[in-house]
Amino acid sequence: MSTQVADAKVEKVSEPLFSKKNRKLLVDPLDGNNPVTVQVLGICSALAVTVQMKPALFMALGLTFVTAFSNLFISFIRNTIPSRIRIIVQLAVVSLWVILVDQLLKAYMYDISKQLSVFVGLIITNCIVMGRLEAFAMANKPWPSLLDGLGNGFGYGIILLAVAFFRELLGSGSLYGYKIIGADSLTGLPYQGNGLMMLPAGACIIVGLLIWAQRARNGYAEDH
Amino acid sequence: MQQSNGYIIGYTAGLTVVCALVLAFVSLLLKDRQDANVQREMKQNILSTVMTLDDKADVEALYTKRVKSYLVDANGDKVEKDASGAAIVVEKLPTSFVADEYKKSVNERKFPVYEIVNENDPNKTDYFVLPVYGYGLWNNISGYISLEGDLNTVKGVKFSHVGETPGLGARIADAEIQGRYAGKKLFEGPEMVAIMMQKGENGGGSASIAAFKDNPHAVDGMSGATITGKGVNNMLAEYFKQGYKNFLLNKKGGNKAASL
Repeated sequence: MSTQVADAKVEKVSEPLFSKKNRKLLVDPLDGNNPVTVQVLGICSALAVTVQMKPALFMALGLTFVTAFSNLFISFIRNTIPSRIRIIVQLAVVSLWVILVDQLLKAYMYDISKQLSVFVGLIITNCIVMGRLEAFAMANKPWPSLLDGLGNGFGYGIILLAVAFFRELLGSGSLYGYKIIGADSLTGLPYQGNGLMMLPAGACIIVGLLIWAQRARNGYAEDH
Repeated sequence: MQQSNGYIIGYTAGLTVVCALVLAFVSLLLKDRQDANVQREMKQNILSTVMTLDDKADVEALYTKRVKSYLVDANGDKVEKDASGAAIVVEKLPTSFVADEYKKSVNERKFPVYEIVNENDPNKTDYFVLPVYGYGLWNNISGYISLEGDLNTVKGVKFSHVGETPGLGARIADAEIQGRYAGKKLFEGPEMVAIMMQKGENGGGSASIAAFKDNPHAVDGMSGATITGKGVNNMLAEYFKQGYKNFLLNKKGGNKAASL
């Protein structure tokens, strides 16, 4: 009980909404602490939905929504969650948001929902969502948790779009569904789609190259 | 203090009830809209196999004006009444009708037929649209095949899928892949041959169409999606070598006894 009261008091004298610390929560996952390329989480869906940019974009938006609101919700109830079943509670909350996203897509963006098919449901299993809940939302106040969720969602989205950009361009010669190179395209440049880029192996290579480029630039080294 | 078993059980029960209530409420709220989407998509699919629809097209009005629908059985005879003797209206059947029938053996199924009538003369049928259903790589696939008035030449096809891989098998839902079927033929003389998607891909776009322009029963395949392609082939074979075959022969005026 005493911790809850202490929490409430601190919140009243809280820092500005976008203090330096809070901005860091939002911006850090975009590059220096990216969930995909640095923490190597959520790789499975980064390989699966990045064949084209459009599904990748909506997958990223869906995941951002789920991460942000799961973080927010779990953070609100963090002091009441029995620690022995906290993973199950987190899972239930994540599933709730994922089903909501799926239902909303089916009702209002039917075409997109058909394209994403099973992958929306699979957000539940995305390590980023559970990872942020366990590592951040369980120990932080709602507002920073929401920012942390948004930041990680965006960080995931950036990588997803970057991978999808190369895969769609090299694999089918198009971007966001518009033919850029190859037969019947805007530029008419001769190009034969690279089949490897259509397969998950192609995504693996692109993600690897992205990680390499990012680490070379940031001077990041694995801890030993 | 929070760790007692009673607290944990109570907490779980509470959370479950709250989640269930939220989901049930949302589901109720959105159900009409989702069903309307499915119905609208079905009508849109039927129409879009024979004409180009833009985003603003009034699908409902077009459908009412141009589409005449009925059920046939595997013998090609019309089915007018259901088991209880009530008249069948194809549009009133559940949206899962073709999927439900797919579970029966092919000779026991009933098949919806959608006739697209002429814009000016409602007694003249321009095209026949026939729904098909099958299994791809991960899950069910379905489609509409529209035939010209000769009941042989494919005017257009529309495929959709539940869970094929985006960028690979899911390409059956792309206009580019579906365009490969236009102008292909089901019959070779009196014989039903159907249409087979081949393995491998010849560059996509116009190159793919050119590669099989001399073979009216083959279309170019999808690179990396051989099994989905096979699923499409099986689906077409099942519905045209059996399924709709007798209906097509009857309509063409062929001898039904000879075809059986």
